[in-house]
Amino acid sequence: MIGGLFIYNHKGEVLISRVYRDDIGRNAVDAFRVNVIHARQQVRSPVTNIARTSFFHVKRSNIWLAAVTKQNVNAAMVFEFLYKMCDVMTAYFGKISEENIKNNFVLIYELLDEILDFGYPQNSETGALKTFITQQGIKGQTKEEQSQITSQVTGQIGWRREGIKYRRNELFLDVLESVNLLMSPQGQVLSAHVSGRVVMKSYLSGMPECKFGMNDKIVIDKQGKGGASDDAGKSGKQSIAIDDCTFHQCVRLSKFDSERSISFIPPDGEYELMRYRTTKDIILPFRVIPLVREVGRTKLEVKVVIKSNFKPSLLAQKIEVRIPTPLNTSGVQVICMKGKAKYKASENAIVWKIKRMAGMKESQISAEIELLPTNDKKKWARPPISMNFEVPFSPSVSKGPHLEGLGFKFNVGAHKTPL
Amino acid sequence: DTWISTQKKIHSQLSLPVYPLQENRQFGSKMTDSKYFTTTKKGEIFELKAELNSDKKEKKKEAVKKVIASMTVGKDVSALFPDVVNCMQTDNLELKKLVYLYLMNYAKSQPDMAIMAVNTFVKDCEDPNPLIRALAVRTMGCIRVDKITEYLCEPLRKCLKDEDPYVRKTAAVCVAKLHDINAQLVEDQGFLDTLKDLISDSNPMVVANAVAALSEIAESHPNSNLLDLNPQTINKLLTALNECTEWGQIFILDCLANYTPRDDRESQSICERVTPRLSHANSAVVLSAVKVLMKFMEMLPKDLDYYGTLLKKLAPPLVTLLSAEPELQYVALRNINLIVQRRPEILKHEMKVFFVKYNDPIYVKLEKLDIMIRLASQANIAQVLAELKEYATEVDVDFVRKAVRAIGRCAIKVEQSAERCVSTLLDLIQTKVNYVVQEAIVVIKDIFRKYPNKYESVIATLCENLDSLDEPEARAAMIWIVGEYAERIDNADELLESFLEGFHDESTQVQLQLLTAIVKLFLKKPTETQELVQQVLSLATQDSDNPDLRDRGYIYWRLLSTDPVAAKEVVLAEKPLISEETDLIEPTLLEELICHIGTLASVYHKPPSAFVEGSRGVQHKRLPGSAGSGESVESPDPGAAATETPPAVIPSQGDLLGDLLNLDLTPTTTTGPPPPTTSGMQMGAMDLLSGGLDSLVGLLHQGPPSLSASPSTTTLGGDIGGNPAMGAAFGAAPATMPASFNAPGSGGLDDLFDLGGGVGMPMGALNPPKAVWLPAMKAKGLEISGVFVRRAGVIQMEMTLTNKAMSVMTDFAIQFNRNSFGLAPAGPLQILTPLSPNQSIEPLNNLQVAVKNNIDVFYFSCQYPISMLFVEDGKMERQVFLATWKDIPNDNESQFQIKDCHLNSDAASNKLQSSNIFTIAKRTVEGQDMLYQSMKLTNGIWVLAELRVQAGNPNYTVSSVALAVRSLLCCVLLLTSCISVYFEDQHFVLIHNQSCLNSPTFILGRWKYLMVIQVYRKH
Repeated sequence: MIGGLFIYNHKGEVLISRVYRDDIGRNAVDAFRVNVIHARQQVRSPVTNIARTSFFHVKRSNIWLAAVTKQNVNAAMVFEFLYKMCDVMTAYFGKISEENIKNNFVLIYELLDEILDFGYPQNSETGALKTFITQQGIKGQTKEEQSQITSQVTGQIGWRREGIKYRRNELFLDVLESVNLLMSPQGQVLSAHVSGRVVMKSYLSGMPECKFGMNDKIVIDKQGKGGASDDAGKSGKQSIAIDDCTFHQCVRLSKFDSERSISFIPPDGEYELMRYRTTKDIILPFRVIPLVREVGRTKLEVKVVIKSNFKPSLLAQKIEVRIPTPLNTSGVQVICMKGKAKYKASENAIVWKIKRMAGMKESQISAEIELLPTNDKKKWARPPISMNFEVPFSPSVSKGPHLEGLGFKFNVGAHKTPL
Repeated sequence: DTWISTQKKIHSQLSLPVYPLQENRQFGSKMTDSKYFTTTKKGEIFELKAELNSDKKEKKKEAVKKVIASMTVGKDVSALFPDVVNCMQTDNLELKKLVYLYLMNYAKSQPDMAIMAVNTFVKDCEDPNPLIRALAVRTMGCIRVDKITEYLCEPLRKCLKDEDPYVRKTAAVCVAKLHDINAQLVEDQGFLDTLKDLISDSNPMVVANAVAALSEIAESHPNSNLLDLNPQTINKLLTALNECTEWGQIFILDCLANYTPRDDRESQSICERVTPRLSHANSAVVLSAVKVLMKFMEMLPKDLDYYGTLLKKLAPPLVTLLSAEPELQYVALRNINLIVQRRPEILKHEMKVFFVKYNDPIYVKLEKLDIMIRLASQANIAQVLAELKEYATEVDVDFVRKAVRAIGRCAIKVEQSAERCVSTLLDLIQTKVNYVVQEAIVVIKDIFRKYPNKYESVIATLCENLDSLDEPEARAAMIWIVGEYAERIDNADELLESFLEGFHDESTQVQLQLLTAIVKLFLKKPTETQELVQQVLSLATQDSDNPDLRDRGYIYWRLLSTDPVAAKEVVLAEKPLISEETDLIEPTLLEELICHIGTLASVYHKPPSAFVEGSRGVQHKRLPGSAGSGESVESPDPGAAATETPPAVIPSQGDLLGDLLNLDLTPTTTTGPPPPTTSGMQMGAMDLLSGGLDSLVGLLHQGPPSLSASPSTTTLGGDIGGNPAMGAAFGAAPATMPASFNAPGSGGLDDLFDLGGGVGMPMGALNPPKAVWLPAMKAKGLEISGVFVRRAGVIQMEMTLTNKAMSVMTDFAIQFNRNSFGLAPAGPLQILTPLSPNQSIEPLNNLQVAVKNNIDVFYFSCQYPISMLFVEDGKMERQVFLATWKDIPNDNESQFQIKDCHLNSDAASNKLQSSNIFTIAKRTVEGQDMLYQSMKLTNGIWVLAELRVQAGNPNYTVSSVALAVRSLLCCVLLLTSCISVYFEDQHFVLIHNQSCLNSPTFILGRWKYLMVIQVYRKH
């Protein structure tokens, strides 16, 4: 299991060091700093083995989190735990930064004591943790309160405490989709898939039993290729085939497996209920057509056309197109017919914002990019253009603890094409 | 109080409707907490001491915080121990936790003072608040002080039966902690049984933690059957699985994976209950579920509908893992790499999801590339090639190189695509990007080896780029091509001559290749190249210090000078084609890794024993056998693996000569605990560490540094240091390549030795696995394992020195203590202080060794099998035997039985002969075969034995006598008999019956009998 957990700043100074196992010594702290943070060549794996000690690391902005072990641990679990640790810290004190960590180091030690015991992850749901890791002491509580805390921390519904009351019961649901598209230079679509996330914000009283039904349009293709989706195709309905989906731990998986219904008692506040992935019949909401011309060695001409490819009655909002520019850009002149465009030197990109755009329309931007002459032989990697937008839709979600229908097609998404 | 007012103000600004109580004090204390990290002035400890003893509570707390901050950044604040412990008795929980944190860090260095804390712990374990009870028991388990553990037992016993589940789940983990400190205590106190009871607890989290604790304890007791998994407990676990936290689910699934179902029906029902986990948001839960399913699937009959369904169900979740965070993607991809090797059908349609994305981190890109090649088939090769061609123009050098290599592998794997691959590679060569060209040439050489006489037209293009090659591998590849096709390249001699100019600056790889290529050229075009070949032979043999090169040179020289026809047959022999799959993992290793899906082993693609110290992880896990319908499930050797005809693994890089030299880079799993191979990018740092060792020992191997010292006796001198090199040299001629070389999983180093020894050594002599002689813990990080073998008449002590410390070790030297047979290292050594004299109870074949390096001198002792000492001329004349047998007094005779040996007398005699135990005569009396045997020890002592074999009775009787021929000179006399017998099923037993005399002044007649039976499993 995890033998120790260290947090470093970008310089490699230790901010937090918590050792859980006897086989991890203080020298492990330095070994990671020397071999990974200060390594001459960038480390090319998130798992590093230094003298029979394995280090797992993740980086958040310029903070390094490293878990150390000498045993054959479950590697996937260690990374999941590190992400969870980040989530918990964010939930307690916001952004993970050196300053925040230093300011809250006592709290972090308290958390680490609670959520990792002898290197075994324990309940790490912030909802439960916040009931008793408060930095305020727990002396004042009555016996009932105490046992309520412990039963929640160890209970079957560790993510929700009892006795939550709201005057208005509200439930918000966001479907966030990102379309990943891989296109050959000739414009042929090589692969496309949509990965979607259903994010909920629930403000409900008591212990609400929620049921999330999927409408008939959704076919979950759990049986691999062919099979179910073919049947749906034959029946003439326009179906949305989902390749796979995963659920938050509050969802009863065995019930989903047998009855295809998503039933759960939700955590309070915001959480990600499910993720899904689909590869079939992806209709791209937008097409982005870039044209790049190199004029000599110091100038680039870029023209980008976007075409909305959905029903004219729908309206896309808050469209943001991000066009990357080379690192040696000295100046940019932009002309766009619609919206506003600006070159952001700090981000190495031209950001083009359009408030709204109806379906079946098109718009374009052209830019002249001036480049500084460089000796750098390494060529510019031409990162892809990315795009974000929202399509609001009136949700078919009723108030209260019973939900029905999920008619999602595309909502918020990112659209990527190689330049 | 201004501090409180700021806090209130901030609270009113924040609107956290749900938890008004946890008003972020951290914001309030902004100006206080981070400052603890900055104080570095002198006299700090003194100041802190004063503050810790302050009367004001706040000041105390601030001081403790400062102490913890100093501790975090690595300052030694252990001097404050008593002062900090004094703060422990407080009702402020935050302060208490800080003091506990301090205690956990420093208690070990101040055990006497740590005892001061015990009272508070014991009191806290009785606290009405369950959180405090749990905190106390949790912290107490982390204090590794013997005296404290004694006090821990009673509170722990209570807490294990606490009414509150939170306390119970903490206590369950505490048992594992205590076991780590004092295993015996845990057993004596009966905690293991209590822990087992917790598996039936009503609270799922208690169950999960109990399972985790038991699994950990069971790992250090491989045969204890501690977990005692049976259908009832499995049922309990599966029920808890649905209810516990994500982490608990992982513990339970990992534990389930160790269970072997009784039959396919049970296997199926477990699978059915585990499959819903595949939809969990936590990737670790998904991977652990995949592990259980992959393992239990082995037991399902393939014609079962459910088997097919299960296969289909596995693909989507595996693909979904690729949308996780990059680090998890990496773990998932390393595992998918194993899964596609074991069950390629699962993901065969999913090629596209492994296409590299622009913003993938490099480690994800490289892994995806690997899987793309594994999934490449005739159906998708066009797409794959198009992708690979794109990748070859990317920016990252490593990635580009791998992509180019991948194109070559596609050509070898999918024959139909070979032509397109070659033309793609030629296009890439035209780009003139240096590293692309070099990589392309290396793979084209492999393509030539797979499809000889097909694509030679491209040689001209390759030759154009000769000058730009600056990497040894590419140069060696090019030279190989020129040598191999010398008859078709008009100016082959010029080309090779141009390399010869800087011969001594080339790397060994290139030098060897050049030598071979020029010899090939000479054999093909003898008239024009005589001068050239002489030049290279003299360069290799006279001016080189490299034994490999020298030996290869001599062999060619002798071959050419004695029999040019034979030389032609040897050097220009037809080479075997290289196999399709290049870097497949050896099947038994793959099976083991499948059992470790999701863990570090699956990330490193190495068995846990290669990177885990001590007893943990040494157990080798196996997949259960495919049951069909009622075959024996528990059979140790699963049939499933054997029936699927795994392709033979031949490393394709380099030609066979190169292979031979590089062989020890391939992971070995054949004998005993495999040496930690240090290839692979994750192990890079380790590689660096062992590098120091390596160069000192002066061997050529890049793998684990292995030292081959050859202790020889007075009668049998001879240095064997050059033996590995000899082995390589013998192998150099392709014709002598033994067939066993192609066997999957052939151990690199062993093979090398086998080759070398194959000339003079009867095959089948005993070859026990290496044993650890000196554990790293006892030698500041230096681990020595080794074995004694007798090869070609010389006793060899093969040692593997492994550096497990964090620093480089240098200045190695070895010395043996005086011993019964006068063994001494033949290599150079340094005089060291003699060790304490032999103790009388030790067996005679005990050897005390001292190894020295820059850190320290380490002593260890090891036993060499007595059969090492039998010399080849141990066959006594019949007449002499008879006379001697009668002469020896009865006192000198000893008898014993060998049990359970199913060989007949002839077979036994043959086996024994391979260990230099010779049969002099045989007679049959009343259905019993009597074998009369003789052997001679290195110090001239003869041992005679009579072996009685009764047909049908597996027990042999041996009586043996010894005779001291040179007793005047020997101050030690002994009677030893040793018979090694092979069982038919390849296990063998080595039995010594030896008596030893502990002091030179003793005379014949006072014997101590000692029976040592060693059973090795022959791999």
